[in-house]
This record gives sequence, C-alpha cells and structure tokens, in this order.
Amino acid sequence: MAAPLTLVLIVAVTIRAVLFSSSLAEPLMERVEVVSPLNAWKRVVEGLALLDLGASPYSGDVFHETPLIIYLFHFVIDYADIVFMIADGITAVALYLAVQDYNKTVFRKQKYALEADRYPHDCLELIRTPKEMYYIPLKVALFYLLNPFTIFSCVAKSTCGLNNAVIALFILSTIKGSAFLSAVFLALATYQSIYPLTLFAPALLFLLQRLYIPVNFYRPSFWLFTLQYAVMYLGSLCVIVCLSFFLLSSWDFIPSVYGFILSVPDLTPNIGLFWYFFAEMFEHFRFFFICVFQINVFFYTIPLSIKLKEHPVFLIFMQIAIISIFKSYPTVGDISLYMAFLPVWSHLYRFLRNIFLVSCVMLACSALFPVLWHLWIYAGSANSNFYYAITLLFNVGQILLVSDYFYAFLRREHHLTHGLYLKRKDGSEATLVLK
Amino acid sequence: MGLLSDPNRRRALTNLLTRLNTPLCIVCYLAGVAWFMGLAFEPFTLRTYMSENAMGSTMVEERFLAGERALVTAREFAAQKKKMGGMPVDWLVKAMQARGLEVFTQSFSRTLPFPDENKERYMVHGTNVYGILRAPRAPRTEALVLSAPCTPGSSNNQAVGLLLGLAQYFRGQMYWAKDIIFLVNEHDLIGMQAWLEGYHHTNTTGMSWTPLEGRGGSIQAALSLELSSDIITSLDLVLEGLNGQLPNLDLANLFYAFCQKIGVLCTIQGKLQRNDWDSAAGYSQAVQTMLLMVLKQASGRPWGDHGLFLRYHIEAASIRGINSFRQYKTDLTTVGKLLEGMFRKLNNLLERLHQSYFFYLLPSLSRFVSIGYYMPAFGLLAAILLLRALDLWVQLGSPAPGTEDGLVDGEQPFGPGVLSVLTPLIISHLTGVALYTLPIMAQQTAVEHFPVSETEAVVLTAIAIYTAGLALPHNTHRVLSGEGTEEGWRVLKLIAIFYMAVLLGCTALINFSLGFILALTLVPVAAFITPHVPRVLSALVMVLLSPGSTLLFSIFVYQELQEAPITLLEGWNLFLSVISQGILDHNLYGSLVYPLISLLVYPCWLLLWNILFWK
Repeated sequence: MAAPLTLVLIVAVTIRAVLFSSSLAEPLMERVEVVSPLNAWKRVVEGLALLDLGASPYSGDVFHETPLIIYLFHFVIDYADIVFMIADGITAVALYLAVQDYNKTVFRKQKYALEADRYPHDCLELIRTPKEMYYIPLKVALFYLLNPFTIFSCVAKSTCGLNNAVIALFILSTIKGSAFLSAVFLALATYQSIYPLTLFAPALLFLLQRLYIPVNFYRPSFWLFTLQYAVMYLGSLCVIVCLSFFLLSSWDFIPSVYGFILSVPDLTPNIGLFWYFFAEMFEHFRFFFICVFQINVFFYTIPLSIKLKEHPVFLIFMQIAIISIFKSYPTVGDISLYMAFLPVWSHLYRFLRNIFLVSCVMLACSALFPVLWHLWIYAGSANSNFYYAITLLFNVGQILLVSDYFYAFLRREHHLTHGLYLKRKDGSEATLVLK
Repeated sequence: MGLLSDPNRRRALTNLLTRLNTPLCIVCYLAGVAWFMGLAFEPFTLRTYMSENAMGSTMVEERFLAGERALVTAREFAAQKKKMGGMPVDWLVKAMQARGLEVFTQSFSRTLPFPDENKERYMVHGTNVYGILRAPRAPRTEALVLSAPCTPGSSNNQAVGLLLGLAQYFRGQMYWAKDIIFLVNEHDLIGMQAWLEGYHHTNTTGMSWTPLEGRGGSIQAALSLELSSDIITSLDLVLEGLNGQLPNLDLANLFYAFCQKIGVLCTIQGKLQRNDWDSAAGYSQAVQTMLLMVLKQASGRPWGDHGLFLRYHIEAASIRGINSFRQYKTDLTTVGKLLEGMFRKLNNLLERLHQSYFFYLLPSLSRFVSIGYYMPAFGLLAAILLLRALDLWVQLGSPAPGTEDGLVDGEQPFGPGVLSVLTPLIISHLTGVALYTLPIMAQQTAVEHFPVSETEAVVLTAIAIYTAGLALPHNTHRVLSGEGTEEGWRVLKLIAIFYMAVLLGCTALINFSLGFILALTLVPVAAFITPHVPRVLSALVMVLLSPGSTLLFSIFVYQELQEAPITLLEGWNLFLSVISQGILDHNLYGSLVYPLISLLVYPCWLLLWNILFWK
C-alpha cells in the first residue's frame, strides 16, 4: 500500500510545484475564498517584516497569526513553498495512517459482534468487507491531496494548511491511542485557532473507549482519566502560550489572534456566514449576535457527544465539519479537511438522501463564487447581496451534507440493531421518517 | 424540511419527475421561449425612471448656441485631416490650447496578431489628443469624459467640431465640479484602449503606449460622440460594451429625458419607438429592438468607443447621429444643447451612478426589462438540464440496489468507468485548447502552404479544428477498445449536463444574452441526446445546433432585423469575418467570448457528441 500512497504524494507535489511557478499563484493569493485575514500569506510576510524591524508583528492590525507560526517562517521563509507542500503531505499521510488504524478497529469490532451473533440476520449486506475497506485510506489521502480546494489553499500559501496538518496529527495520535501526544496536538490546534477546542470531547471519548473505561459519571476511573487528559491538554496549552510570550515578550498576540477570531472585526467577504450579517448590523446588537454566532460552533458538541459517544471518530468528523461551517473566517482549506473523511463513510452511501442535491449545490456554488465576485468588485454591476446569496447557499449545502451523513450514520446503526427490513406491527413494510 | 426528510413524499416527487420528465422538459422549453418573447410586450415591462436623485430634481437650462461655429471648426478639421492624411495632431493641440484646455498627447502602437481585413489595419501607430478642463469649483478628484473618434475618411468630423465647440463653451462656465476631459482618439477602440490603460496605469493587453502626462480625477462617466453630417434626423444610443456589460440604466434615462426635453428624435438599435404597443406592428418593433440588443450583447464586443470604459467601472455610452430621409431635422446647436444638459446633470453627481439597474434589456428607450423579469426565461431552460440530470441520477441509482451482490459487483466497473468518462473529458478539452491556441500560432505555416491570406488562414484553421473535433468519438473508441457500457454514457451525460448547466448559468449571469442564446440551442441537444437515437439524423441536428452554427444563424437573424437581408454566400463571408473579429476582440481588448466558446462551450458540446457515438 505504500507504493500507491507515494505515487499520490508525488503527483500531488508535482501539481503544486507546477502551480507555484505558474501565473495562477499570484491571483489565488488574493481570492477571498482561499485566504482569510487570519491565514493570508501576505499578512504573514508583513508580520515577518515588522518582526525584522524590531517592532511587534501585531502592531498595525495586519498580522493575526500565532507567534509560533511567525517564528517558524522566520527560519524557513525562503522555503515557504516547500513547507506548505510538506504540510499537505503530512496531513495526507497522517490521515492515511489514522484511517487505516481506525478501519482495523472497526473491522475487529464487527468481527466480535458477528461472532457473538449480535447483528440481525437480514442486515448481512450492511456488513463491511475487507475488500471494500482496503482502499479507503488511500482514497482519503487522494481526496485530501487532489481536492482542488486543498491545492488552491496550498498554492495560495494559506496557513490553513498548517492548521490542517496539526489537526491531522492530533487525529492520528488519538487513534493510535497516545493520550499525551493527542493532548499536545490538540493544544497546538487550539492554540492555532481556538475552535479545535471542541475536539476535546471526541478525543476523550475515543481514548476512554480504547482503554475500556465506560463513560459513567459514578466511576472514579472515568474521572481519573478525564482529569489526566485535561491536565495534559491544559498543561501543554499553557506551555505553548507561555512559550509564545517568551518569544515576543509581550501578550499582544492574545487580543490580536484570539480577540480577532472571537470578536470578528474584519468583515472582508469570505465563504462564511459572519461578514454580511455583521456588516449590516447596528453596532449595539453586535455583541449579542457575536455571542450567538460563536456559540454555534461550540454548542453542537454537547448533543453530538451524547448521541455519538460510541462513535468518537464520526464525532470528530462532525466536529471538524461544524467548525469549518460556523467558524468566523472559514476558507476552502478548512472544508477540504472534512471532505477528506468522506471516503471513510462510503458505506453510508446507500442511506444518503440528498447527495445529488448537495453535490449540485456545492459544485454550482464553487463556480459561482468567482463569477459573482467579478460582477460585484470588477464589473460593479452586481452587489454584495449576490455574493452573499451564494455564500448562504454554499453553507446550506454544507449543512445538508453533514446532516445527511449524520442521518445516514444513525440509520445504519439503527438497522444494525433492529434489522434492515423493518416491519410495522401489522407486518407491512415500514419506513423510517426523521422528524 | 419535510420534503427532504420524508422518504415517501420524496419518492412520490421523484416518481412524478421521472415519469413526466420528457413532457416537463418540453413544457419548460416552450415556456422559456414564450417568456422571453413576452418580455417585449409592453404591459409586462417597466417604464424607465430616473433613480439618481442628484440628476433628477435639478433642472438645467441649456445655453449652448455655437453650433454654427462648431461646423466651421469641423470643416477646418476636415481640411487639416485631409492635408495630413491622418490625424492632425498639431492642429488639434493648438485648437484645444486656444480654447483654454490643458492639452496632452499620447502615442501608441500595436501590432495585431493578424491583419484586420474589415478595417484594413495590421501595424497600428497613432496618437490620442486630449484636453482637460479643470474644475473651478471642486478639488479635481473626479472627471467626466467626452470623446470623439478621429476616423479616416470624411466621417466624424462634425463630432470633433462639436467637441471643440463644447470645450470652448464649457470653459466659460463656472459651475463645473468635475474635470472634463475632451478626448480625440485615433484608430477608434485601439486608441481608446491605449488611453484608458495609460490613464489607469494598467496594461492588460500588451500594447505599447507612452504614459499620460496629465490626468484628471477618477472618471465618473463618459460619453462618446459620433456625428458624420451637418444636420441629423435622430440620435441613436449605443450601450452594449465589452463582454456584454451595460452602463447603469440611469445613463440611458438621462439621454432619453434630455431628448424628450429638447425635442430630438431618439432611437435605440436604430429603431424608433412606436406608441401602438397593442398592435402587431408595435409589438414586432419592440421584439426586434430587444432581439437586436440581445444579439449585440451576446457578441461580447464593444459596439462603440464607450465599450471599453465599462471595464474600468465607468458608466459610458455612445451617442451616434443618424442622418436619414426623415423630415425632422436637428442641427448641431441642438445636439450641443443635449450634451451640455447631460454633462451638467452628470456634473451634479455626488457618487458614481449606481442607483438604477445594471442588468436590463431595452425593448424601447422608455421601457426596460430588469434581471428579475428576464432571468426566469433562462431559468426555465436551465431547469430542463436539472430535470434531465435528476432523471439520469435516478436511472443510475435504481439498478444498484436491484443487484443482489451489492457493493462487490459495483466496485468492478468503477475502474474502467472512470477512465471511459475521463478520456472524452480530457480529449474534448484538449481539442478546445487547440481551437483556442492553434489558429494564431499556425497562421504562418498555413500561409506558407496554402494560397490564403493571414486572416483567412486564422479563420479557416479555426473552422478546420472545429470540424476535426467531430472525429473525436472514433479516436476515443480506439483508446478504450470498445469498453463503453450503458452506465458509462449515463455518467458521462450526467457530467456533461451538469457541466453545461453550471457553464450556462455563469455565462448568463455575466452576459445574459450570450447565456440565453447558447441555452436556446444547446439545451435541446443536451436533453435528447443518447446513443440510442437515430444516429445520422441526430448528428445532423447536433451539428445544426452546435455553437458554430448558432453563430451563423445569429448573423442571419441580425441582418434580417437590421432590414439588410443577405444571401447565403454573403452570410458565409460575414461568418468568416465575424470569427476573425471575435479572435481579434479577444486579443486586442480582452473580450471573453472566443475563449469561452473554444475552451468551455465547445468541449461541452463535444461531450454530447461523444455520447451520440457511444458504443
């Protein structure tokens, strides 16, 4: 399996290298769909210039990346292209290994269940076969590396690629069962963009499951491990933040990075939901609605964790998708991360209901973004409403996609316990209705 | 969300849509065409009105009286032009200086990719002369432009004369709050392109020009004037710009309002408005006017010198004086008054024209159809594609649960399936790339080997590649060694249909007319084509409805609407020259129609062609 992965990596790197040297790289760096004020390369360069001049990189409200990123690029600025390509490669390999491991676990569990004769007899066609699962890790890597969204994001040198790499490493270390590394990478991801904070719950659930500790609030072992993981997480977060402080010897980065993410002062259009809404809003409602909008990202963690506590990896997928939909400065790079997981759920395909509609919407919107941007900004004939309409549609498409997968997952689980061909009490065929 | 989550209702809807698919498609198509034709019917249109407050409430009194003097200047200019055998730059500079303007010149040169046989030019050298009247009342941050092209021969001298006359008159007025730039450009659009690029410090087309030495503020609006006779009978307003972009409707409203006030006959597309909308003749006049506008807009070329301003976010229109055999005559003084009035209103602007519509069609000058009214016509056509795609999707999905083996069997055809879909996609796009690049690259070789001129070489190469693309399916088959499956063509068709829907949708947003005309011919093809229809007949229909034939038909319709019908041979010659113009427009001004057709629409059509010959 290593050979195809290497081939995919080589193809991906070639495409990126060609695009880096083409004339496409320059305009891509300006696209609002690909870069946001948080992760634009131009801003990183500006921050570096300020740093070199001995000023705080956060003076002047241009640079909003974390101190570690700026110090990383302080040393490798000349090899930035390569760094971004490596980051994408790391993400793909990490996801590949993680999914491979996860599939093994899934298969083992299925085998035990089959041996224990726990599945109803009519749902044998839902049983997953090794043949079908064999190519999934490769498909995941393929989906991530050759997704045009990832390629654009990488060629535009959006630091989103680095965040994705950190999250992918976090997923890998979680699935491999290393609590410490998982906590460290989670802390790093949180440090980068706050929102991965919500991944704490699924990671904890997964590690608990792996150690056969039941989620039971009356069991001391549960609390002990939770505490252990939380301490490791908070400790490493603390270390990273303090390290940043010592690097710059100022706390400037806290308001400039996290304040910037949470209070959304920059209303440059992007593919998210925030900009239009807050551009239109009266100032005195702003605080309230910012709270409402930001709670969106964090709130779904609770019901989803309760519903999916047996399936933490699916929960991770749901969380990443929710983050990329509801975060304050989303870019297409964020979307590409959760899209890479779609092959893992390919066995849910038969239960998906709106996949045709969703793929139509997503593809059409991706084509319409640049068109409406052109009409609005260059031709001056359309206006922001046109662009926001597409943004809205795109996000509705994403939400439909995620909820469709959620529904399909739950439905498969339901069938696995209740049988595939459901009968009503009177013996006629029954259908499941979501209400 | 009931519809999306309730499986029973979904199934009912899907069944309905698949069972009634063909009738629904036909109904949609007819409804789309009927809707479009109905747009010209007066009760369905809106009356134009001035949206911009700054131009509405203030009435101005026109005092320009120097029409006769402008005519004298025009004659002097004509004499100088004849003597110089081109643009009399020195004379113009002196004349403008004498009228108290700051005068600058800009020289430019451009070698065309191949000779332009319509205008007989290849290596173009020229000079633009422009004078700036500085605003006495404001800090010179904004400007207006009045331009008149200096064309070879005896045409357009009166426009330059009137421009100089207006310059002299405007100089004496105190109320100007914006700089007014008087521009005489040589070689029409090429000169205009050079001047605009110089003014905005951009170089998008690789032209060489000397930098401008003087500038006004940011240009708010521009009018281009074309007059070729001392007395005119009517004024024609030209709005269609590069890539089908239109200026804000308020500019047309302004023109119309002043024509009404001063009492000048005004036309659009050369068609006078009729008052009897309820008669057949009145409706047909409106339809003809609208169709002319649609055809001109779809061509994506600038139809007057104003066309290039629009790219820089400057509202601009051309005003063309027509001298026909009508009894009603207007002299230059009246035209001057009209321009004075328009400029004074534009001078009052506090911000760019943005209040009114940018997306509209005009069945007459006093009536307009806005985007909300005309988009459904396109939407109905696009709905056919979605209906068809849904049908295909259901067809593709239904046999899959039917097979008992499930996924294990489904995996096998997937491998070659991807290849058999990807190959036509790549080949047809490569053909498109060839169509885009080869005609200009290969002109030298073609000229050496065949007895044709360079222009003919380019056009004929394009047509040859276009035709050669039709041989594509046979080549694809050789690559695949006859692996096409029933499922394969369905997937390919689904992709092609979806591709077309997105492509036409995007096109229609930027240039409605182009999108609509393409949809009118391509959508039926996309809807009915399968490998099982009678092959020869369908191939004929497909060729007749291909993008190239659409262009040919459009030329005939255009000539018919212009009341200048042509024979088949003339039509063919015009077809050739239109192709060369399209390629030139792309190379000179950055018009997007040629790349759009060759790189995207034509490959998409080839995919459908491929489905027809699927084995």
